Amino acid sequence: MLEITSYSKTFHAGTPNEVKALEQISLTVQNGSFVVVIGTNGSGKSTLLNAVAGTFLPDQGQILLDGHTITNWSEHRRAKLIGRVFQNPFSGTAPGMTIAENLAMAARRGRFPSIRWALGHHLLDECRDRIRTLRMGLEDRLDTAIGGLSGGQRQALTLLMATWQRPALLLLDEHTAALDPRSAERIIELTNEIVTKNKLTTLMVTHSMHQAANLGDRLIMMHKGEVVKDSSGADKQRQRPDDLLACFDQLRRREMLDESAAEMLREQYV
Amino acid sequence: MNLLLGSLTIGLILSLLGLGVYISFKIFSFADMTADGSITLGGAVAAVLLVSGVSPVAATLTATGAGLLAGLVTGLLHTRCRIHPLLSGILTMTALYSVNLRVMGKSNISLMSTQTLADTAEQLCTPFFGTGGNVLLLGWQVATRDLSVLLATLLLVLLTCLLLYLFFRTNLGTTMRATGDNPQMVRAQGTDTGLMITLGLALSNGLIALSGALLTQYQGFSDVQMGIGMLVWGLASVIIGESLVRGGRLGLAICGVLIGSLLFRLLVAIALRFGLNPNDLKLITALCVFGALVLPGWLSSLTSRNMGGRHA
Repeated sequence: MLEITSYSKTFHAGTPNEVKALEQISLTVQNGSFVVVIGTNGSGKSTLLNAVAGTFLPDQGQILLDGHTITNWSEHRRAKLIGRVFQNPFSGTAPGMTIAENLAMAARRGRFPSIRWALGHHLLDECRDRIRTLRMGLEDRLDTAIGGLSGGQRQALTLLMATWQRPALLLLDEHTAALDPRSAERIIELTNEIVTKNKLTTLMVTHSMHQAANLGDRLIMMHKGEVVKDSSGADKQRQRPDDLLACFDQLRRREMLDESAAEMLREQYV
Repeated sequence: MNLLLGSLTIGLILSLLGLGVYISFKIFSFADMTADGSITLGGAVAAVLLVSGVSPVAATLTATGAGLLAGLVTGLLHTRCRIHPLLSGILTMTALYSVNLRVMGKSNISLMSTQTLADTAEQLCTPFFGTGGNVLLLGWQVATRDLSVLLATLLLVLLTCLLLYLFFRTNLGTTMRATGDNPQMVRAQGTDTGLMITLGLALSNGLIALSGALLTQYQGFSDVQMGIGMLVWGLASVIIGESLVRGGRLGLAICGVLIGSLLFRLLVAIALRFGLNPNDLKLITALCVFGALVLPGWLSSLTSRNMGGRHA
């Protein structure tokens, strides 16, 4: 279970560029729940994921995960509990190393690297078996450097790596945003397959209203560093892409957010 | 022939420096300036211990350990105190100059009347070459001492290369390589990248100090100035090796450094033989590195332009 309690983070505090990225966020995610996070540009949804992953430490607030208070844990220490797939397909794998070497690291995630042979026979067999589930024909290319693969293939491997050892929490940060439509669809299928099969607790940020409407069992909408909408159960299942878009329009009107402010926020975050 | 043996030996010894630079510069993309200091440190520690009667093997190993520590300092400066890579290297290198003077107690130490690894190598090879002082090699008279030292160095360097290759295939070694390749991924897999960089720099400077210890014992003296400009020598081997052996595979890259170092040393020996002023050596070194950096790019752009022309 993930429990975020009144978490706040301000970037560039005390300067003209000050951004209150997250303001008093509280969020509880039950075990096995698949939460989809949407929001306007600069609403703090990616920041929320980074806060959980430990890319930065909070100004105030607390994070509990799987019974551990991880608020002040470093990024690499949290990785014992957390699997991540990034927006950039190049972020999740080491391009100069082979598929097998990358997977070997994921197989031992969270343990201090030993002075033992990295690629044993058992591991290679397991690699082949697991890669076969991606149905991309990569199981015979374990010795290929990852840098030569397509974005979709790399993202599929990153997903496999993030879930190789069952994570207490899976973080997906717009992990299909940089892919072509067909690859994106394939990655979403895989994501859904892996998450449902293993009943993984998942936080997924997306820009696609289609994905937001069709995936997961709970939907969170963020705006200006706060959660403005949180629907689950039957309410979540009723949401259609058009409803969500209408929601965004409503927000925009209510806040009377003018374009120049939106532009400023975008520059801060992209 | 003696000149050839000598330059091959020095080329081999300095290939360890090349391997050290390869680790910091290529694997971690860390421009580590510590090299100039740690190679002298290796020489200084080895010389002082040898003069005080420590066995050559123990002295060489201690020198390597001293290099490890120097690398550790640079690594900690960078990862724990968040100092820029270049600056942390420069800081350690500068500090090491005084440390080396302290270690030696004077600016140079002669090992003329001391038992060194070179003597050990000669004694080990006596059963094969006899005690005549000279042997016939491919029709040339060469000193047994030179030949034994060359063979021993070759063995030692090949062994180091093999160990290094095996190490970089272990979990720890793989994670180190990944740290240079994509630190974000390594953190996401739960490993402290700062620790990997620190350990990597320690390994790198350990090798460089080993190179310094061997060099000191080969040339029979240690000098506080011997490290100046050595980083560029290491870089030259790495870059020449890289332009010769393409493909980026680990084993090939290690061989490349070895070949690069030997080739570069031979080039220098030939240039000196044909009357190059030793004062110009560093300039020539810099030009060689420049050539090795730029020429492959020019050549490939030339050939691709020609290919393009043919297609059009």
